[in-house]
Amino acid sequence: MSHWPLLSLVTFLPLVGVFFILIARGEEAVVARNARFIALWTSLIVFALSVLLWVRFDPNTAAFQFVERAQWVTFGGFTFTYHMGIDGVSLFFILLSTLLTLLAIVSAWRVITFQVKEFMVAFLVLETFMVGIFCALDFIVFYVFFEGVLVPMFLIIGIWGAENRVYSAFKFFLYTLLGSVLMLLAILAIYFATGTTDIEYALNHSQLFSAGLQKWLWLAFFASFAIKVPMWPVHTWLPDAHVEAPTAGSVILAGILLKLGGYGFIRFSLPMFPLASHYFTPLIFTLSAIAVIYTSLVALAQTDMKKLVAYSSIAHMGFVTMGIFALTSEAVQGAVIQMLSHGLVSAALFLCVGVLYDRLHTHEIARFGGLVERMPAYAFVFMAFTLAAVGLPGTSGFVGEFLILLGTFRVNTLECFLVATALFLGPMYMLYLYRRVIFGTLTRADLRGILDLSPRETAIFVPLLLLVLWMGIYPTSFLRPIQVSVDHIVAQATLATSAAGMRRASLP
Amino acid sequence: MPHLAVPDMSPALPEMLLPALAMALLIVGAFRGERGARLVSWLAVFALIVVLAVLLLGGPERRFGFYGMFVSDAFALFMNTLVLIGSGVAILLAMDYNEEQGIARFEFPVLVLLATTGMMVMVSANDLITLYVGLELQNLALYVVASFDRDSPRSSEAGLKYFVLGGLSSGMLLYGLSLVYGFAGTTGFAEIARLLAGSAPVSPGLIVGLVFVIAGLAFKISAVPFHMWTPDVYEGAPTPVSMFFAVAPKMAALALFIRVMIAPFGPLVGEWRQIVVFLSIASMVFGAVAAIAQRNVKRLMAYSSIGHVGYLLIGLAAGTTEGIRGVLVYLAIYLFMNVGAWGVILCMRRQGQMIEEIADLAGLSRTRPALALALGIFMFSLAGIPPTAGFFAKLYIFFAAIDAHLVGLAVIGVVTSVVGAFYYVRIVKVMYFDEPTGAFDTPIAGELKGVLFVTAVVTLFFFLLPGPLVGSAAAAASSLFVR
Repeated sequence: MSHWPLLSLVTFLPLVGVFFILIARGEEAVVARNARFIALWTSLIVFALSVLLWVRFDPNTAAFQFVERAQWVTFGGFTFTYHMGIDGVSLFFILLSTLLTLLAIVSAWRVITFQVKEFMVAFLVLETFMVGIFCALDFIVFYVFFEGVLVPMFLIIGIWGAENRVYSAFKFFLYTLLGSVLMLLAILAIYFATGTTDIEYALNHSQLFSAGLQKWLWLAFFASFAIKVPMWPVHTWLPDAHVEAPTAGSVILAGILLKLGGYGFIRFSLPMFPLASHYFTPLIFTLSAIAVIYTSLVALAQTDMKKLVAYSSIAHMGFVTMGIFALTSEAVQGAVIQMLSHGLVSAALFLCVGVLYDRLHTHEIARFGGLVERMPAYAFVFMAFTLAAVGLPGTSGFVGEFLILLGTFRVNTLECFLVATALFLGPMYMLYLYRRVIFGTLTRADLRGILDLSPRETAIFVPLLLLVLWMGIYPTSFLRPIQVSVDHIVAQATLATSAAGMRRASLP
Repeated sequence: MPHLAVPDMSPALPEMLLPALAMALLIVGAFRGERGARLVSWLAVFALIVVLAVLLLGGPERRFGFYGMFVSDAFALFMNTLVLIGSGVAILLAMDYNEEQGIARFEFPVLVLLATTGMMVMVSANDLITLYVGLELQNLALYVVASFDRDSPRSSEAGLKYFVLGGLSSGMLLYGLSLVYGFAGTTGFAEIARLLAGSAPVSPGLIVGLVFVIAGLAFKISAVPFHMWTPDVYEGAPTPVSMFFAVAPKMAALALFIRVMIAPFGPLVGEWRQIVVFLSIASMVFGAVAAIAQRNVKRLMAYSSIGHVGYLLIGLAAGTTEGIRGVLVYLAIYLFMNVGAWGVILCMRRQGQMIEEIADLAGLSRTRPALALALGIFMFSLAGIPPTAGFFAKLYIFFAAIDAHLVGLAVIGVVTSVVGAFYYVRIVKVMYFDEPTGAFDTPIAGELKGVLFVTAVVTLFFFLLPGPLVGSAAAAASSLFVR
């Protein structure tokens, strides 16, 4: 099995499912049923294969593994290579993508009632693009996947979204497209600096980029990744997109698409443009601190559950960006763990919101109250993920935040202090939300007949909860593969900066 | 140069074969009368295939004919292939449309063949005189084709507008050519290039002539600010004619533009680059912004084509082999996605009437999922979203721009492509997000179905095998730089 192109299988297998869904013929109900099952089985198999990746992954090396290479286009010295490979940073993002796609498809089982076939096709195509982003080791391949994600997501928001879906879909599409086209130009500039579009080569030859060029390239990549993260002040597309997107769309959006920015910073900005990363660290720290404090306060004032969770996502991602650019091994590892944790927790929170939306078709907080009387199991699940979101020790959220703060404290104490305010702002808005929705008195008539979690919904939450606890109680199983790769990236970046004579003042 | 009694005409064999076949078809049509339209159309498509075969058999070697006034090389081969494909598809798709609209006449395919002859001469011109003769040969046929639906005021208006503005631009071009001849003392491309490459200072009169030439050619490729005729003509002309205009003559005019800029005036790249950069920026910005407000889908496509000319000119502004290669790749991909998009517009028919409003596409994904998927692919491709072919077209152009240090131009290019994405994606929105208002007529003609299928597959799966196209484009581009 070791000779199988495992990465390509994981990446492109969903397209086989797409093919089978497209050739399904018959009455609409039959086609819808077949489409659901084909999508379920495809995503199950893909998830199983991605678990196999983890099993076979060698955590003792920072080199890329499962490497595949094939000539794609070549002429006149300009070569694109189909080059795939993963390291410890990308491994878990692939697992997260395949898991969340599976759960999203299950969550949409009954909710999506029209154009089911198209919905499942969009999700499987999305899965291919997402996994491809984390596997790609050639800039052009990476970019094709990176921008390709926009199309299915645009359709998912626009077709199956809520009332104001068209506006949000356009905002999402154009906002993120604007960021990525600038990155495309930077990629071309990298080609002219290195003579190849190979990512691995560029990673190991960052000295080819002069300090001046690095700043421009860094800014171009920043334009793309900052919008994806999203960082304040280019975050405004996110609350809109989340509110209008269907639940399954929100799960992917919060779980995976927001991670692309952080992943990009770790994969490209740090090791390729170390001098520029060092130069722009104050900018990132400032924006991160503003993001954390400002969006936490904004979250406190929300009347819509989905918007509240969306703003909390921005705050959590503020942690991540700060941790990445603190550029200590602990902080970057923490950032990766925080992204994974947030991927699970925010996906779960959106699913929690979705459970209520499926029953009452509203996200408005004021419409609820006293749900604990009728939905005890739901109240428990929601409580568990609320606590994970605020970083209670024993949950995954704690590990990430702790490592990030630990790593940043040595570098910039003030920044660490400012961002740490999230540790009490977070519980404020999350517990406030929880109190308003779950506790209080059950006054509304339509809430009296509300049903608790169905077996299907329980089946979605149980694996997420187990993973959150696993990551919180025994993070080593996740940290071990991550650590070697992160150490390597951080060493690359710090070596380059110290070689250029820019010593970090606060390092001991 | 040895003066033979008969010049070497063999390089121009395809260009001579095509009008001969057109004349033969004219006779066939005259004998068959009105009933012969379909037969003549099929024969015309067949004639184009024969000419294409002759062209390909001729190979990409560089050969001169008519004492160096005519050249056949890899560049001409590449562009002529595109032109022939464009003309063939236009004739193919016009058959059913013309019958539906009651304008099925055998003159249509014959006129298209004659225009195509003009285009092929333009592509292979190696002398100012050949250039002008080819251009006028093309134009005269096109004026008639534009007003082919002669009982429709819109079509007649389109033809008249095209004629008046085309005549104006030809006048400017001719004036420029005469200035160039006056100051250079020769009309041959090779001699002009040799003169300009010399150490002698270039006369300002020649530069003025060059500017007039550029203005005249910018009319033909509808680059801003010489684009005014385009939306009106595209909207007024019968839809297959608009499709034809958007593809074949545009390809030929761009090929001519490129050859004139690179072959004789290549040494003056520093002088004309600023003009081309201006045309490029103006076209990209105007094409993107003006298209936003359009409700008529044919006008939208007109503004879209103006925008695309802007991107094509980036490659020319680079003035390098990479730049020209980018333009050629772009043109080939543009041919497929544009023909596909216009093909879907041809399907927009209710109760036998053509409809042209963007709003009429509402809910197409429910009523005609396959058609909506095809148009969606074309729109994402025109917007340049990967993994569609349109992305790779833009990639090669921007690659050349960065290579030539035209970073500012590239940045403006990508930003306007985001603006442009808005209106392309809006069509996807109308098809997929809006409620259906009514279904289109069925069935779609077999030829149209075939064309849509092929163009959609090529547009979507181009990334699997980009090698052959890019390779031949590279060969064609480098043939242009051989002195």
